[in-house]
Formats: sequence, structure tokens, C-alpha cells
Amino acid sequence: MKFGIVTFPGSNCDYDAYHAVIDQLGEEAVYLWHKEHDLKHCDVIVLPGGFSYGDHLRAGAIARFSPVMQDVIAFAKRGGPVIAICNGFQIACEAGLLPGALLRNASLKFVCELVQLRVESSETLFTNRYERGAVLRIPIAHGDGRYTADDDTLDKLEGEGQVVFRYVGGPGDADEWWSPNGAMRAIAGIVNDAGNVLGMMPHPERAVDALLGSADGLGIFESVLARVAA
Amino acid sequence: MTRYKVAVHITPRRGILDPQGKTVADALHTLGFGGVRDVHVGRHIIVELDASDRAAAERSTREMCEKLLANPVIEDFEIASVDGTSGGAA
Repeated sequence: MKFGIVTFPGSNCDYDAYHAVIDQLGEEAVYLWHKEHDLKHCDVIVLPGGFSYGDHLRAGAIARFSPVMQDVIAFAKRGGPVIAICNGFQIACEAGLLPGALLRNASLKFVCELVQLRVESSETLFTNRYERGAVLRIPIAHGDGRYTADDDTLDKLEGEGQVVFRYVGGPGDADEWWSPNGAMRAIAGIVNDAGNVLGMMPHPERAVDALLGSADGLGIFESVLARVAA
Repeated sequence: MTRYKVAVHITPRRGILDPQGKTVADALHTLGFGGVRDVHVGRHIIVELDASDRAAAERSTREMCEKLLANPVIEDFEIASVDGTSGGAA
């Protein structure tokens, strides 16, 4: 299976995603330059983390209009799987592939730490290799991760099982929701209505090797592999 | 064509947590501005453009706001002013 990893000016997690796919998953991966209009027949697209276009105006606001994104949007609308991580999540929201927006962290500080995520749905294209309720250890590193949407949108996401990951394990009760960034309802990751676009602030591609602290993120890549290759 | 300078105010939508605004309000209270009830921190964007007339300049800027300058999910925008200048492009 072939993963296409989009590189924008300012992307800085593209190589981590490449490493996750090539070295840990053992599948094929290519980079897709933002100025190209060619998805190179990839089966899955990854929008990686970073600070595309310097986060100018709003995180993801400029990248959303880059040439390659027009093809990524068309790919997603045809049902193609897209994994949008961190800045990728911000871009996907700006592009309208996912509802809501990511705002400045409530603390106004950049947060960089290993957090715990609870798998809220194991039915999705991206989480079928996890047990529902499993708690994953995956790092976050962002300044604009406060997921925000109106109540109707949040209710719908919850009702339809589109909330995929939630932050848990804060300073209080380990099972309680806890937002390291002020995200509404402690939402860390969601999928779109059709279930083929995943957006998440935490970095699964940085958690693919126990030697580096956690391999809990690999399941996302394995899940999509299991489903798409089948 | 005349050159116009259009100013746009973009503010966080009311009801959405605005931690920057709150921090600034707290600081103003600390400085003794007890009358401050609320502060919202947004962006002020000045677009210089050539347009056939004032209405066209405003219309075009409004479209820019809807497409790029503001995110309708979280922000409101208003055209604050439209100034024509004599240095228009031919």
C-alpha cells in the first residue's frame, strides 16, 4: 500500500510520518510537494504536522489553498483515506474536510508532552486495531490545539461516533476528560461524516517505536492498512 | 481604477472562549481600569486594492473575508472603512 505524505513549506513532521510508514509499518511512502497536482496514485494521504506557511493568518489557512490540497480535497470527497495530524488537522478543518476549528490553546502556551488518549470508537477506518476504551500514550506538540465547534456539531459528532480520541488522565481522576489545550469536551481526534478523514492533534507518527517511548500510534497506520489492503 | 485602502476588523465570535481577551482584561483590571467589562483580541487587516469604485472595493474585500481572511466557524468580520486615494493605478 502506498502512502502519500504532503510536504508544505513549514511542514516538520513529514519525515516522521515517512519513517512510520517505511520502517515501522513496512509499506511504501512518497512525499507530495505542495505545488504539485499529482497524488502519484497513493492509497492514503497524510497531512503531517508542522507550521505550514508559518501559521500566518490562522494555522492551516494558507495551506488549504495550495495546489496539492485541491487534489487532496477531491481525493477525500471520493472517499480516499486521509490522516490529518496536528497542523494537518488544522488544514483539514480550514479546508472544510472536517467540522470545527483549532484555536489557540486556552493556556496561551505551546504544549509539548506525552498525553493519554482514550479510544472512543474502534469502528473507524483508523482505529479498528484498537479496543474501544483503550488508553494510548501519544505525544502532543502544539500551540493551537483547542478544538472548537458549536454545540450542535459536537452533539452530532458524539452521537455518530465521530469523536475518535479524547484526552484523559489529567491531574485528577485518571478516567476523567482533561484538555491539555482547552479542547471542547476534551476532543483530541475526530472523523468526518463519511469516516474517511481522520483529524487529530496528537502525533501517532511520533509514537511508533517503544525505544522512543511509545509504539501506541502505530495502530492507526495498521488499522488503515488492514482495511484498505483488504 | 482607483486605489482603495480597506480596513477589516476580525474578532473571535462572541461566546467562544477568548483567552487572550481575558488575559488583557485581567491586566487592565490590575492597572486600575475597573470599568473594563470585556476585551476581545482580534486582527486588523488593511487591504490595498485597485477597484472601479468604492462599492466594488468593498464587495471584493468582503469576498476575501469569506474565503480567507476570516474563518466563519470561529470569527466575525466587519469592514471598518474604505478609503479611496489619488494614487490609483492606470
